[in-house]
Amino acid sequence: MTSSAGLHLKTYCMILIMVVFGPLGNVMLGKGMKNVGSAAIWAPSELPHIFMRIFASGYIWLGVASLLTFFVAYMLILSWADFSYVQPASSVAYLIVALLGYFYLGEKIAPLHWAGIGVICLGVFVVGNTPPRTTEAR
Amino acid sequence: MREALFLFLVVAAGTGGELCVTRAMKHVGEVKDFRPLAVVRVIVRAMKVPWMWVGVAMMALAFFSLLAMLSIENVSFVVPVTALSYAAGALGGVFFLGERVSTRRWVGVLLVCIGVTLVWLGKR
Repeated sequence: MTSSAGLHLKTYCMILIMVVFGPLGNVMLGKGMKNVGSAAIWAPSELPHIFMRIFASGYIWLGVASLLTFFVAYMLILSWADFSYVQPASSVAYLIVALLGYFYLGEKIAPLHWAGIGVICLGVFVVGNTPPRTTEAR
Repeated sequence: MREALFLFLVVAAGTGGELCVTRAMKHVGEVKDFRPLAVVRVIVRAMKVPWMWVGVAMMALAFFSLLAMLSIENVSFVVPVTALSYAAGALGGVFFLGERVSTRRWVGVLLVCIGVTLVWLGKR
């Protein structure tokens, strides 16, 4: 295997880790928070009790661990790959989070909602696929 | 309408936090040495910049607002609408960090805003 092929493989592995663990982390946080109770009715006096319930939730910690894994992969990949390459590739994470929500959590997603997610992915792809630096290095 | 307030906090505090951290890290200077001891020295230097602390506090506020939002709405709704951060990031980059934003990037930001509107309308 050439070093270029090795670099490509390493890059694809990192992107795979990012687009799996980022959405998975958010889904775990979502699952954990559903057990804490809706913030629509939180009263300020209940906040200490709510914080206790948040930090006692296994799903919240799994979510935080997943997001940390995502973050480490993100930092590592940015040490050799361009930001303008990584960000468009990770735009698919918005679709994956919706797919996980739909299949794993059984969330209902209307056609307009799916269309919106598609447009967001496209928008993030376009945003990311532009030069990452416009200011002079100091 | 609490979810709208929490969305505002996720986007505004999250983006504001990232902008503050960016400003602090630009002050620290480009990191070229990634050996563990050098990285620790960079972290110590960064923690002496007040913008870093403002940034970290804002990011913590954004994280807990995200949790609050996730307790009200589905994750397939919450995560896509937080993409509004790209619009806030472009605006903040222009006004706070003096960056130039290309037409292509504005087109992407516009698409994100259209997508968020569709997701919001398709929620019910």
